[in-house]
Amino acid sequence: MKVLVTVKEVATVEDTFEIEGTAIPERYLEYDLNEWDDYAIEEAVQLAEAHDDVEVVSVTIGPPRVEETIRIALAKGVDRAIRIWDDELADYQLLDVPAKANILAEVVAQEDPDIVFTGVQADDDAFGATGVALAATSDYQWAAVVNQFELEDDGTVSVHRELEGGIEELTEVQLPAVFTIQTGINEPRYASLRGIRMAQQKEIAEVTLADLGLDIDAIDGALEVTSMAEPETESEVTLFEGDASSTASQLVDLFDDLGVIDA
Amino acid sequence: MSDILIVTEHRRGEIRPVSYELIGCGADLASKTGGDLHVAVISGEVDEMAAAFNRDGVDVIHTVADGDEFNHDIYRQAIAHLVEDVDPRFVITPQSVNGMDYAPAVATDMGVPLVTDAVGISLDGEQLTVTREMYGSKVETTVAVAGERAVITIRAGEWPPIESGGSAEIEVVDIDIDESAIGSTVTGFAEMAAGDVDISEADILVSIGRGIDEEENLDIVHELANTLGATVSASRPIVDAGWLPKNRQVGQSGKTVSPDVYIAIGISGAVQHVAGMKGAKTIIAINNDSNAPIFDIADYGIVDDLFDVVPALTEALA
Ligand SMILES: Cc1cc2nc3c(=O)[nH]c(=O)nc-3n(C[C@H](O)[C@H](O)[C@H](O)COP(=O)(O)OP(=O)(O)OC[C@H]3O[C@@H](n4cnc5c(N)ncnc54)[C@H](O)[C@@H]3O)c2cc1C
Ligand SMILES: Nc1ncnc2c1ncn2[C@@H]1O[C@H](COP(=O)(O)O)[C@@H](O)[C@H]1O
Repeated sequence: MKVLVTVKEVATVEDTFEIEGTAIPERYLEYDLNEWDDYAIEEAVQLAEAHDDVEVVSVTIGPPRVEETIRIALAKGVDRAIRIWDDELADYQLLDVPAKANILAEVVAQEDPDIVFTGVQADDDAFGATGVALAATSDYQWAAVVNQFELEDDGTVSVHRELEGGIEELTEVQLPAVFTIQTGINEPRYASLRGIRMAQQKEIAEVTLADLGLDIDAIDGALEVTSMAEPETESEVTLFEGDASSTASQLVDLFDDLGVIDA
Repeated sequence: MSDILIVTEHRRGEIRPVSYELIGCGADLASKTGGDLHVAVISGEVDEMAAAFNRDGVDVIHTVADGDEFNHDIYRQAIAHLVEDVDPRFVITPQSVNGMDYAPAVATDMGVPLVTDAVGISLDGEQLTVTREMYGSKVETTVAVAGERAVITIRAGEWPPIESGGSAEIEVVDIDIDESAIGSTVTGFAEMAAGDVDISEADILVSIGRGIDEEENLDIVHELANTLGATVSASRPIVDAGWLPKNRQVGQSGKTVSPDVYIAIGISGAVQHVAGMKGAKTIIAINNDSNAPIFDIADYGIVDDLFDVVPALTEALA
């Protein structure tokens, strides 16, 4: 059995930052493994540990920089990795969902996995859509926002989908299928020293669009960022200033005013 | 091709409120394209729901009676049928957990751009631009969408719901569901365990987020809560890590709370968290990042290290 995990490196912005034009300059960005993908990797690795002959392959669309993040996935137990990049992709500030799905679908076609795990959403772009778009493009079954996953003996999968308000939907899904993984489904492991050492030996295959039989038109982005700004706030927040003992006593006064304590 | 198609949502016999917001959003867009607003009601008690959706601005309500509960394969087929019939310019769905489960497939089937989690939509001549948030709501971006058509999912709570009655035409749609294309079956629902306390009953919530860093550090939060006579709740990462049980989670997939006082400590204020606590009477945020979105909805705030402020507050109260 083969499991494909999509792994994205996401950008987080530092506490203080500026916007230049339609982007945040590199110097204010930090890069990290997407939180949701960490859970997706763990789910794949646990599946491989629980069953014989499960190969776990990761795929990432991203520039050379992302290798560091891919190594984390490899150190956690992914067997081998694929990294897709192309100079032409660098021209796009925002790869939209159909573009990503079209690229990843070529990998699905080549690798022919039984199960694909993606994250529910990428923390930076927050489309929350790539997994299901990939399933539809690849003609796979799917389930979105999965917080419990069980591979049954008959080859179907039973999942819980986490709906709003503490309700979960119990669903059976036929394979091959894509599952978008919700945080909390498992406890992602830390990469062990041994894992980190072993990850150095593992393969990261570098793949271009041409290698996938795609030309740039096939993924021509439909979305163009035209402006970026810090959200305007309507709220009039009252900030308490001073050192901790001073702000604490201002808060106590507030509690008193609100009638929640008898000072 | 100037019509708008919106897809409403229901669960276990109840209409989800975002459906009425979709009508508001759709009606606004239809007034700009000069087209009609079409409403899709798929699965469940469709006649009853169609009556409820007959509100201002709605031109046609299409009911597809197949299925009881949401199933993405039925939605996908039903929407494909309606898209063929109506030829809509925009298809709009909620960015709900179920919306996330079918909207991307609809966009794929239609071969059109997909823009998710919209907080604003504008149409300037022929050019569609959508406003959405990125980087944990720290920035708002507008994206220009190429082409004429699009599938757009909208964030709940951003458009005014349409409350009053309309004069829509109701069309019963008969489709031949292709059973062989149904690859998943909903077998039931589970509800989160009630647990020891009901945070939605609390008057004061001391709510802790990822800023607490380590499980041991929760002690300072429990001490504060004890001193204040408050109940401890949390954002999702705390519950994901197993530091507090699920029934303490505030937010979209946890509980909706509306206490007199909500103290958000080390919580950034992600939209899924805010969905569960924006109804609190007084919101106080303690966060060392002055740009954290929680300050956008807080009434009072302290921009400082929680490890300084929380013990100082406990001490000041004692
Ligand atoms: C489908 C779906 C459903 C979801 N449902 C929920 C839900 O029900 N509830 C929920 O909460 N989330 C939910 N989420 C997750 C949500 O998107 C966020 O990831 C989550 O709310 C972030 O939690 P946080 O604010 O604690 O952590 P972070 O976003 O990491 O924020 C931590 C904050 O702590 C501050 N901080 C750090 N150190 C300190 C310090 N020493 N002193 C003071 N401040 C400090 C930081 O500045 C930061 O603002 C859901 C997501 C999805 C996709
Ligand atoms: N550039 C990428 N490379 C690999 N996987 C990705 C990429 N972008 C998104 N994904 C996957 O799709 C999921 C959802 O992303 P999104 O739809 O962008 O919110 C992520 O959690 C990843 O698993």
